[in-house]
Amino acid sequence: MKVHLRNPKRELEVDGPLRVHVLLERLELNRESVLVIRGDTLVPGDVLLADDDVVEIRPVISGGAT
Amino acid sequence: MKCTVCREPAVIDVRRHNANFCAPHFLRLCRDQVAKAIKDHSMIGPDERVLVAVSGGKDSLAVWDLLVELGYQADGLYLGLGIGEYSDASGEMARSFAQERDLHLVEVDLPRDHGFDVPTGSKAAKRVPCSACGLSKRHLFDEAARTGGYDVVVTGHNLDDEAAVLFGNVLRWQTDYLGRQLPVLPARHGFPRKVKPLIRLTEREMAAYCVLRGIDYIVDECPMAVGNKHLAYKEALNAIEATSPGSKHDFYHGFLARASSRFTPDAEAEQANLAPCERCGAPTTGTVCAFCKLAERARGAAPTAVPVTLGRSR
Repeated sequence: MKVHLRNPKRELEVDGPLRVHVLLERLELNRESVLVIRGDTLVPGDVLLADDDVVEIRPVISGGAT
Repeated sequence: MKCTVCREPAVIDVRRHNANFCAPHFLRLCRDQVAKAIKDHSMIGPDERVLVAVSGGKDSLAVWDLLVELGYQADGLYLGLGIGEYSDASGEMARSFAQERDLHLVEVDLPRDHGFDVPTGSKAAKRVPCSACGLSKRHLFDEAARTGGYDVVVTGHNLDDEAAVLFGNVLRWQTDYLGRQLPVLPARHGFPRKVKPLIRLTEREMAAYCVLRGIDYIVDECPMAVGNKHLAYKEALNAIEATSPGSKHDFYHGFLARASSRFTPDAEAEQANLAPCERCGAPTTGTVCAFCKLAERARGAAPTAVPVTLGRSR
């Protein structure tokens, strides 16, 4: 599957099928700090991603001191 | 994974609630949490004029959307901070949001209206960028609300923001800051009340709200915030949250319920020394307020450029 990441922007190829939480563990990403988006909607941790899926892993942490 | 409420397929798992939600029930959860925060802390009266500080990011657009959904008469305020392409893109997000929903957006532009931008002001005043930016924003929110006759200013500070600030204040035992780290800052010296209706919702939940509501927001971090210590505090707290869901909520809301009032005297002591700035009338502990000092230094300084790369949310 194609995995789009940000900060910095990059694209990875990852073999599927794979559950969302396993993908995040493999990429060493905290589930509290990102959303996984397939198409136009969110996918929760137990969803099985297919080999031909395209997903975005979007960081959610933002903001300065105020 | 099924929605805990209706057993339809879930789109998000919220571990701190030990629950999963489909889109409609997750959106309802967000509305309910904002309504509870407003009620519990007496944030907004039924007929009050509300001004939402909008940055083009997920939190401020989400809180504006949520307030309108809850029936409040809320206008937006966008501050152009002169942070290169980042400000151009964030302003576009705020304008598009308002236009698509037929909402009123007030705009203030720091370079146009005050003669300097945040990168230049930060460098000239030898402040870290987030400090110069926050100082400018607080001043301009107050000014815009006072000029426009608004009763209350709403900001998009969420649970992660407040927990991170609390973490930083506790690390250094900044007791005056702890005494005023409240979800409602009362009106004073002719300035409006400031409230934070998102204190019961996390950053992840706000980003999810925007995706599910189709709200286009600026995803990339402000280029001036790279290396900001609050981002590091958020990462540290999320590492704790991952192994102990609910920790951020307990940390911040436990502070409000059981510790905050202990620091009130420290904050009140500082407030007692406030007097109007001799230039602009804003409350200050000196004769000239920090914003007027910053503006004075920045107007005489050479412009500072900001290289950026940006991404939209969709």
